Amino acid sequence: MAVDKKLSLMPGPHIRKEVSIEKIMYLFSLALMLPAGASIFLFGRHALFIILTGVLSAVFTEYIAKRIRRQRFRMDGSALITGLLLALTLPPRLPLWMVALGAVFAIAVAKEAFGGLGYNIFNPALAGRAFLTACFPKEMTRWVLPFEAVTSPTPLNSGFVWHNGKIALYKHLFLGNVGGSLGETSALLILIAGFLLLALGIIDWRIPLCYIGTVALLTFSFGKDPLFHVLAGGLMFGAFFMATDYVTTPITGKGRIIFAAGAGVLTVMIRLFGGMPEGVCFSILLMNAFTPLIDRYVRPRPFGWRKTDEQKRGS
Amino acid sequence: MFRTIFKGKSFSGGVKVPENKLTENESVEVFPAPKRAVLPLAQHIGAPCEPVVKRGDKVKTGQIIANSKAFVSAPIHASISGKVTGFIKTITPSSGKVVEAIVIDSDGEDEWERMEAMDLSAPRDELLKRIRDAGIVGLGGATFPTHVKLSPPKDKRIDTIILNGCECEPYVTSDHRVMLEEGEKVLLGLEVIKRILSCDNAIIAIEENKENAISHLRDLIKRKKISTEVVSLKTKYPQGAEKVLIKVLLNREVPLEGLPFDVGVIVQNVSTARAIYEAVFEGKALIRRVLTVTGMVKRPKNLLVRFGTSIESLIDHCGRMEGANEVITGGPMMGISLPVLDLPVTKDVNCILVKRSLRIEERDCIRCGSCVRACPMNLLPTELVKYIKAGMYERCSEYYIDDCMECGSCAYVCPAGIPIVQYIKVAKNEIRRRVKGGS
Repeated sequence: MAVDKKLSLMPGPHIRKEVSIEKIMYLFSLALMLPAGASIFLFGRHALFIILTGVLSAVFTEYIAKRIRRQRFRMDGSALITGLLLALTLPPRLPLWMVALGAVFAIAVAKEAFGGLGYNIFNPALAGRAFLTACFPKEMTRWVLPFEAVTSPTPLNSGFVWHNGKIALYKHLFLGNVGGSLGETSALLILIAGFLLLALGIIDWRIPLCYIGTVALLTFSFGKDPLFHVLAGGLMFGAFFMATDYVTTPITGKGRIIFAAGAGVLTVMIRLFGGMPEGVCFSILLMNAFTPLIDRYVRPRPFGWRKTDEQKRGS
Repeated sequence: MFRTIFKGKSFSGGVKVPENKLTENESVEVFPAPKRAVLPLAQHIGAPCEPVVKRGDKVKTGQIIANSKAFVSAPIHASISGKVTGFIKTITPSSGKVVEAIVIDSDGEDEWERMEAMDLSAPRDELLKRIRDAGIVGLGGATFPTHVKLSPPKDKRIDTIILNGCECEPYVTSDHRVMLEEGEKVLLGLEVIKRILSCDNAIIAIEENKENAISHLRDLIKRKKISTEVVSLKTKYPQGAEKVLIKVLLNREVPLEGLPFDVGVIVQNVSTARAIYEAVFEGKALIRRVLTVTGMVKRPKNLLVRFGTSIESLIDHCGRMEGANEVITGGPMMGISLPVLDLPVTKDVNCILVKRSLRIEERDCIRCGSCVRACPMNLLPTELVKYIKAGMYERCSEYYIDDCMECGSCAYVCPAGIPIVQYIKVAKNEIRRRVKGGS
């Protein structure tokens, strides 16, 4: 019986959800436009240049890397996000060539050298940032206040002083009128963008909730101001946009809770006891390294599984 | 009736799929008996049948033409009256296996051979034998011989019968129409099941998108004073999967590698119940079924079709449409696409879906975890695919590959377009082959 050439044979399911990698990536970048816009508003033209440099170098590096690896380059939006995320975690006065170097490292080393999208272990944007921090410690910690070119420490730095009362501080932190990396200062816009992504089902609520919750709980139990620690620094940004990266975080709900709680613990450790004022970047990177292990051992209980099935799993 | 508060009850995992029940208001139309019927000898799970007729024999509608001595098997009947004109090889539309088939050319008389009518007072063994003799298999698509399913091991006590009218696959409306148009027969068929299992506790499960079927059956039950409950379930795929259904209705989990009777439950499809009615009360063998022809056809319909009718003739009857290049038997989630259209309708074909094929490029997994959340069996589909791709089949059992019922929820939601179910099917076959090979 000859196969009818006009008929196509396809594996099921024969209908698919209206979703694609591109759709997810571009919606994610769209949400990031909120903190990106805020950074330009707060820190001026140079912020725009940093963002453009980050995005363009990331995409260009991806193109070159794909050419070298003899793979097809496609604008799937992932390099765009890496460039955008990296730019938004950088100080507002960073020289543009450093931004470009960070993006090259992020894409070429942290992503493509590991196999490209889906195979990288570390969050490329954070790896790029860590690389820059290691190479240019001075430039990476030069902060300015929004709307003015005056250098100023971030709220987490030891040199940070505040005289105008707690409520006013919270308000400044919430709106973003403090020193810090481009995208991390305005908690309000991060929240709006974050909730947008939650509503679209693109990010998992477990991660920001557990990450921020753990930090609040721990700082409170160490006698610090939990609200300050939640709003200041890169926690909100990291919790909504970095720790939620699909590739570098666990796939199960339980695994993600462990991941986020672990990142929360590490962040508080670094902030309170470490040599650096901020620990979000390194805590997420460290937990990225644990992701394969978490996925190997934290698995959901299969339907119909009973205690007696336990031996089978080990075999 | 405390269970009625479970209206809209659901389960974890699963997916929302566009329903596309184009034919839900189309009354069942009797499709004329074909001039030629091609009847494959294996239309069920279990031992294939041996022909009991030879070329040139005259047969009547409903006469057994192939049978097997095996317990897990069901006989095949002539679906039209006429002459056996030969034996050919054909493909069963649902399994894709090449099997032998008996060809009958019609004499145009449609003379029936019926069995003696029975009623509920008949002994249980007689009823079971009748169900076997009538060739009844699970008409929801599993085609497991019904008399086997209704003979659970002696040590398993059955306390609940679930009649499955969920029909959670998009497009398919055959069960829906059977419930609406032949509700009495369905309920009487259920009474036979109750009698065989000596179990009076029965639930009819229907998704809430079939509101009219729910209220129709509730009315009938009230009027006839039968002790059966109709439960409305949330419309969500795969609500109608046996294990899911039992969990949702009774909060019992069928154990890994277990069967529903392990938790005291037997699930039967509503169309199977109707077939049981006809076998017992009317003495008619299973020679036809209601199926939906839908998708890219000019007039989507529900048709009552004799087995052995060519699928192509059904599509022509409903009006072919330009641009369609894929024909699927079963629903779009679990159905399979056909290599040729000149295939006979068999017992398991509940739907013929004509469509334009999706061209989906398979990309690398981005580990989004959508498949993990969609899996109603709580498995890790992406991890399975990872090990299958690496050829590490031994890891698959560690990830409970056998617990996968291939519902397709994972692949449906996958943004990378990975045909996860296909990988799993291939791996299951490979694992089975290795086990058989004794290595």
